[in-house]
Amino acid sequence: MNSIESSIKDTKAQELIIDGAGCASCVGKIETALKNVNGVDNAQMNFALRTVVVDGEVDSEDLVQAIESIGYNARSAEDTSDDELLDEKEIADQKYYTSLMRQMWIALGLGVPLMIYSIAGGPMTVETTVERGIWLFIGILCAAIMYFAGKHFYVGAWKSFVNHSANMDTLIALGTGTAWIYSMVVVFFPMAVPEMARHVYFEATAMIIGLIDLGLALEVKARGRTSEAIKRLIGLQAKTARVVRDKKEVDIAIEQVLLNDIVRVRPGEKIPVDGLVIEGHTSIDESMLTGEPMPVAKEVEDEVVAGTLNKTGSILFKATRVGKDTALAQIINMVKRAQNSKPPIGRLADVISAYFVPVVMIISIISALVWLNFGPDPALAFAVVSATTVLIIACPCALGLATPMSVMVGVGKAAEAGVLIRNGEALQTASKITAMILDKTGTITEGSPTVTDILVADKSYTEKYILTIASSIESRSEHPLAQAIVDSAIAQEIDPEDISDFQAIAGHGIEAKLEDHHLLFGNQKLMFKKGVFLGEFVSKAQKLADEAKTPMYLAIDNKLAAIIAVSDPIKEDSIEAIKRLQNSGIRVVMLTGDNRATANAVAKKVGIKEVFAEVLPEDKSNKVAELQAQNEIVGMTGDGINDAPALALANVGFAIGTGTDVAIESADITLMRGSLHGLADAIAVSKATLRNIKQNLFGAFIYNVAGVPFAAGLLYPFFGLLLNPVIAGAAMAFSSLTVVSNANRLRLFKPQEH
Amino acid sequence: MMIINLFGLVLIALIIWWFWLYKPAKAIDSTMESVTVIVNNGVYDPSRIIVAKGKETTLNFLRKDGSPCAATVIFPDFEVSEELPVDENKAIELPSMAPGQYPFHCPMKMYSGTLIVE
Repeated sequence: MNSIESSIKDTKAQELIIDGAGCASCVGKIETALKNVNGVDNAQMNFALRTVVVDGEVDSEDLVQAIESIGYNARSAEDTSDDELLDEKEIADQKYYTSLMRQMWIALGLGVPLMIYSIAGGPMTVETTVERGIWLFIGILCAAIMYFAGKHFYVGAWKSFVNHSANMDTLIALGTGTAWIYSMVVVFFPMAVPEMARHVYFEATAMIIGLIDLGLALEVKARGRTSEAIKRLIGLQAKTARVVRDKKEVDIAIEQVLLNDIVRVRPGEKIPVDGLVIEGHTSIDESMLTGEPMPVAKEVEDEVVAGTLNKTGSILFKATRVGKDTALAQIINMVKRAQNSKPPIGRLADVISAYFVPVVMIISIISALVWLNFGPDPALAFAVVSATTVLIIACPCALGLATPMSVMVGVGKAAEAGVLIRNGEALQTASKITAMILDKTGTITEGSPTVTDILVADKSYTEKYILTIASSIESRSEHPLAQAIVDSAIAQEIDPEDISDFQAIAGHGIEAKLEDHHLLFGNQKLMFKKGVFLGEFVSKAQKLADEAKTPMYLAIDNKLAAIIAVSDPIKEDSIEAIKRLQNSGIRVVMLTGDNRATANAVAKKVGIKEVFAEVLPEDKSNKVAELQAQNEIVGMTGDGINDAPALALANVGFAIGTGTDVAIESADITLMRGSLHGLADAIAVSKATLRNIKQNLFGAFIYNVAGVPFAAGLLYPFFGLLLNPVIAGAAMAFSSLTVVSNANRLRLFKPQEH
Repeated sequence: MMIINLFGLVLIALIIWWFWLYKPAKAIDSTMESVTVIVNNGVYDPSRIIVAKGKETTLNFLRKDGSPCAATVIFPDFEVSEELPVDENKAIELPSMAPGQYPFHCPMKMYSGTLIVE
């Protein structure tokens, strides 16, 4: 333990990145504070880079604290980045692979010739003194191989045994150990063993160790591929950024970019951190994060996201999120976490794993006893072979790997399509969804409504006046359609009037006053409630609604003044995506606060048969509950802002993002791109992943359930079949490899867009 | 033969006792000393760690085993999963916890340990 602590303290010079140092006078303060920390010999700050180099034997935590105590933020520049961690992991994997392969060659170097000799009919028995001598030599050679090529099995087995646990190492150590010890007994004390049972199994020991080393090595390689998706995400991170410091543009390491730094990005470069464009315009390829193939145009005030690719123009932007706070960093974090979480389907395998190894040990003993008691001659040889084979063939790894490997690949695959799955449970439930509720505004439609019609009822008002009043009222409203009216007024350069006594009536509209005039603005319900006469305008409004427009009534002094219609265009691929959902057998329901006629018109356009219309915001979750009461497994898709309770209540809540501006933590599954295809992809990926997990679990179960009795010799009385321990070793080595490879097959999964 | 059978049955009983019935009592108290969990040869050492309740805790992990099984440690109750670099100290931050026993393990549950929150 001491060596670890000292390894941190021994660092002679370390670099810190300071946040919040705005003026040159901070430099002195920071340097003084650092020099006062015990153990610091010198501290020197580079103001342009906002970094300090500290000499001395001191823990970086103490330095950070010292800086924080005088009101700045600091972090160690030596914190390992994801990128470095990944490289280290690959190097470690490669090292492990190389050592396993070397061990394999050592073991097979002896195992294969012996195996060939025995298959060719060479006697594996000990009868003459010369034979004893030869076999003794081979036995010692075999022990050396167990040490050099299989030491890790024996050490691992012993360590876990002392800890009252058992794993794959235990089984391999016991199996090969039994075979070797029995063979040595035969060599040393042939008289103690019945003549027919004087058989040696050194070839089995060497072959099994070699084969399992080979299996492990190939598994390391295959496992590396399962993390391809996360590797790709981490690779999106730029390494340097061009930042304006002291009126000059300098290239600095990405870790040194601070909040509010002005960053320059030229065509063809990656966006290094999240920010807001302050100069220039360009188009940016965000497909790596959102799955959206079309580049997105960016102008001043638009958001840019780290990891995306700047295509055409040169821009300056202000950093709004850096380091671990960028959307990309959060996505990487979430994907990593989800990849290691386990869906409920994997829990049974966990429970079995916990009992598996000791149970196999017990079966192995029972099988040996049965052979000894009831077996034909040479019973002892049969007992040893069956006990060894049972231990070797049983593969807890295949069972243990079945779920995590598929989740790893599946969650990664989803991330590639712009679908962020929160955890294993969400993944599993998403695969079982039977009903999907889609919020209309912003989910099926663009969520950017525009004013389409103004029908003036009272000819004493002009259209412009109507828009003035309406926009004055709506400028204070939070209703999604309000923005359309305000935008339309701004486009016509209309200034809002001063409104008083503003009162929002949920689900109805707004009541307010302009000078002496009483104003009502809202839906038909509001007009009926307040006794406003609508006359022929009811049918005019109906006609607008049938065109999927939302009509709103404006009454001045309780007399109808006008109808303003607002329309929110349907996203162009909504129709197709909804068809994909329906084709996979999901009952699709639309939910909206909008009036029934408009809702029906939209639903008809996109091919949805069931509609919950005129739903008050607080009632949205009741509709989820209603479907759940009909035994549906309900998915709810919304923008995650005003439908958060409904998303939370649904079996799986999907937050649909526009671009990358998403609240990642708010839903079970986050769709990075606005298109509903993301939703269909999410469900397709989870179905494919669950299918893959089931294949793996089924394969692993069947393998063990069939393999262990076969190894114990259950087929011998009927067919005279007994499994060779070497074949058991090969089967065991490749069973877990099969599981990993099957999980890797998911990488090829492609959601069907059309 | 009798003796062999009896020996076999005793062996089975011992397996059941050793792996299932035996309840380890030994635990390392992280509130008294700083703890570094060594990840090597299929076990976390120490594997039972006492942690103070209601307080954020940092545990150090040092992985020495190259096997990919050892590469990730998961605390399922707190949605924490961390990659462990080889031969390098890794500090894992845990949220404040309610009293109880919480398992931590590798993705395949070959390595496993328990946090005892008191």
